[in-house]
Amino acid sequence: MNLSHCKGSTMSTPSSSGSHLRSTGDAVSDQFPAGLRVLVVDDDPTCLMILEKMLKACLYEVTKCKRAEVALSLLRENKNGFDIVISDVHMPDMDGFKLLEHIGLEMDLPVIMMSADDGKHVVMKGVTHGACDYLIKPVRIEALKNIWQHVVRKRKTGWRDPEQSGSIDEGDRQQKASDDADYSSSANEGKCSKKRRDEEEDADERDDSSTLKKPRVVWSVELHQQFMAAVNQLGIDKAVPKKILELMNVPGLTRENVASHLQKYRLYLRRLSGVSQQQNNLNNPFMNPDPTFGSTSINGIDLQALSVAGQLPAQSLAKLQAAGLGRSTAKPVMSMPLVEQRNLFSFESPRLRFGEGQMQHLNTNKPMNLLHGIPTNMEPKQLANLHQSAQSLGNLNMRVNASVAQRSPLLMQMGQSQPRGQIVGENGSHVNQLPTSLLQPSVPNRISNGVIRNGIASTSNINPAYNQVPQSSSFMNFPMNQTNEMSARSFPLGSNPGISNITTKGMLQEEVTSGIKGSSGFVPSYDIFNELQPQKSNDWDLRNAGLTYDATQHSNHVQGNIDVSVSPSVLVHPGFSSMQQTGQNRDTTSSMGKAVFSMGEGMDQGNLQSISQPQNPLHIDHSVRVKSERVPDASSQTNFFPEQYGQEDLMSALLKQEGIGLAENEFDFDGYSLDNIPV
Amino acid sequence: MERSQPRRQVAAMKQSLFDQGLLDEQFIQLEELSDDANPNFVEEIVTLYYRDSSRLISSIEQALKERHPLDFNKLDTLMHQFKGSSSSIGAKKVKAECTLFREYCRTGNAEGCMKTFQQLKKEYASLRKKLEAYFQLARQTGPMETACRPK
Repeated sequence: MNLSHCKGSTMSTPSSSGSHLRSTGDAVSDQFPAGLRVLVVDDDPTCLMILEKMLKACLYEVTKCKRAEVALSLLRENKNGFDIVISDVHMPDMDGFKLLEHIGLEMDLPVIMMSADDGKHVVMKGVTHGACDYLIKPVRIEALKNIWQHVVRKRKTGWRDPEQSGSIDEGDRQQKASDDADYSSSANEGKCSKKRRDEEEDADERDDSSTLKKPRVVWSVELHQQFMAAVNQLGIDKAVPKKILELMNVPGLTRENVASHLQKYRLYLRRLSGVSQQQNNLNNPFMNPDPTFGSTSINGIDLQALSVAGQLPAQSLAKLQAAGLGRSTAKPVMSMPLVEQRNLFSFESPRLRFGEGQMQHLNTNKPMNLLHGIPTNMEPKQLANLHQSAQSLGNLNMRVNASVAQRSPLLMQMGQSQPRGQIVGENGSHVNQLPTSLLQPSVPNRISNGVIRNGIASTSNINPAYNQVPQSSSFMNFPMNQTNEMSARSFPLGSNPGISNITTKGMLQEEVTSGIKGSSGFVPSYDIFNELQPQKSNDWDLRNAGLTYDATQHSNHVQGNIDVSVSPSVLVHPGFSSMQQTGQNRDTTSSMGKAVFSMGEGMDQGNLQSISQPQNPLHIDHSVRVKSERVPDASSQTNFFPEQYGQEDLMSALLKQEGIGLAENEFDFDGYSLDNIPV
Repeated sequence: MERSQPRRQVAAMKQSLFDQGLLDEQFIQLEELSDDANPNFVEEIVTLYYRDSSRLISSIEQALKERHPLDFNKLDTLMHQFKGSSSSIGAKKVKAECTLFREYCRTGNAEGCMKTFQQLKKEYASLRKKLEAYFQLARQTGPMETACRPK
């Protein structure tokens, strides 16, 4: 019987995934742990048979699998089909730890590793990769009798759906749902189903107090953004669940929920760091020079350029500059993140904020984190600003983008806030207005993007600004499919083709939907950027001042930010003067900005910044400039995360984990090419 | 009772296998898994084991033939798999030989590897015969008490 653990199985929701287990939902608890649905993976047929028999003797529902890839596809097809996975460490087709990572990111199921090898370092590997237990072969039945504890534990800590968040999620979901409609990606589907499932779960959860069935907490884009904002505010190193929880201030959310999410985030960052390091380095030069971001130069330049271009309304330009410069001068906004890849997350949030304030915020000394992903800055208020500004768009986008860089979840969130398609379109007006300066500052952010990429999922960042820009889209690059908004330009980020181009990261589009676990979602902004460039140059001027990536994204997408989380939004917007068109881009870019930044790629700060920017003809210089800088990053980041891409998708994808189709991308954050993930 | 005689015989045989150090606790675990659905579960598993591990044995043999130099990593990996399999059916002595083999691989002792492998094959074959005899007797005896732990 399937434990109706919150898998939503019982929900009447039509969610396709895992509905097979739909049961009354509460029924499970009675017989638990009997009926626990176990998936066991081992290439040794003898062991496999023995395990199956043992598990059956424990009254579990067993599915056995000889190959890791088969197991993964089984899990993906049936999101809620299993409660726990047991896997061998040494397998011919895929390393057990790799499988473990995939599962953790995509489905968030407890995984038990087993091996005849009991060497300390192997066991340690299991722990660091997130295995919830490690069994030494030969496995005894007694050891299997208690595996249900891991399921319960996970449910309790990570899955509880806070009331608030539930409602939020629902709201998001609905929004997403509509957005989903836009997305054609399967990720969306996953998301949708997930959402629905979540919704149901929420309802279910409320009623059911059984610990077993605690519905999973749905880390919606918004929620994740809040998370990111909190993390950024605290600083990734200091981010402890308790404080994060306090900062987030989401009713119903428990410390355990946050803790498990944080753990995932950290893993994500870790993975990214490998990639982002590369970018960081790249970024650093950019950023480091100016603590404030180097952006000053970038921003300043861009802004100026933009202003010159006349694209940017003087005002906006000023704002942008202020914001960006202020920040950049303040610099550190961005630079920071670079240093810490992990902090990317934090960056993002700040960035996001930036996006909001668009220029205004920028002024706030919050370093245009957008790009930089200066996590610190993005305080919640910023986000708020961002959101507001998001409207005004241009800036927001940038910021968001920056923040977006964070994990895709963030992006997703961002995406949420930003009507994905909006980026350009909606805010289009804003965007244009947005002083490219926004973007500019973002440039520095960009660097941070790289950083952010890591995880900067500054959710907050992304969305606010993004709102305009298809936040969802930019955010995660994921749903770029959404193309939402990105369409504006040649690069329809949102589903930005550009991004898809970038696909290097592949993430964006796919990822996004899949919940870009890894940065993978972010399409290598690089490509996008490149693409955009040509066109953008025109648009850029306006838009992106900061968004170098915009170019790539230009249309909305956000930026292929490579960093998945990276505020791709940033990418998208700023630079996207073209955003106007895409409208989305901007927003997304802003939000994505972060992502964008990380995207390093094309985003060239100019792009990022431009995210929010008002499509001003900022002239691509800006973006160009940024680009140059970014380029180094970009390469790594290439994900410009077109925020526009259905950030939501991304986020949802990320958040959803389950549905993360990204699997490959998961980590495709900047450095990680989705391809890396052999699945 | 007549029945008890064969049963005692089976039990004695099993006991002897344990006494000789050929089998360990894992074997008991497997026996405990036998139920109505799989009354001869242990036999099924052992059969599966011998069938599957034979290809591992061949691979190792092949790898050992490709000397100059020996690919210890590959050998170690193969042996690791074989060891895992063997331990899951409770083949104690075989498992010990595997461990020894891996140790030789670790130190790069080709000679040690070869010798150990020969020994391993002997144990492997010997166990097979003994288990076959055991199962045969067990089947004749009818359903035995399960999991009769050796003293």
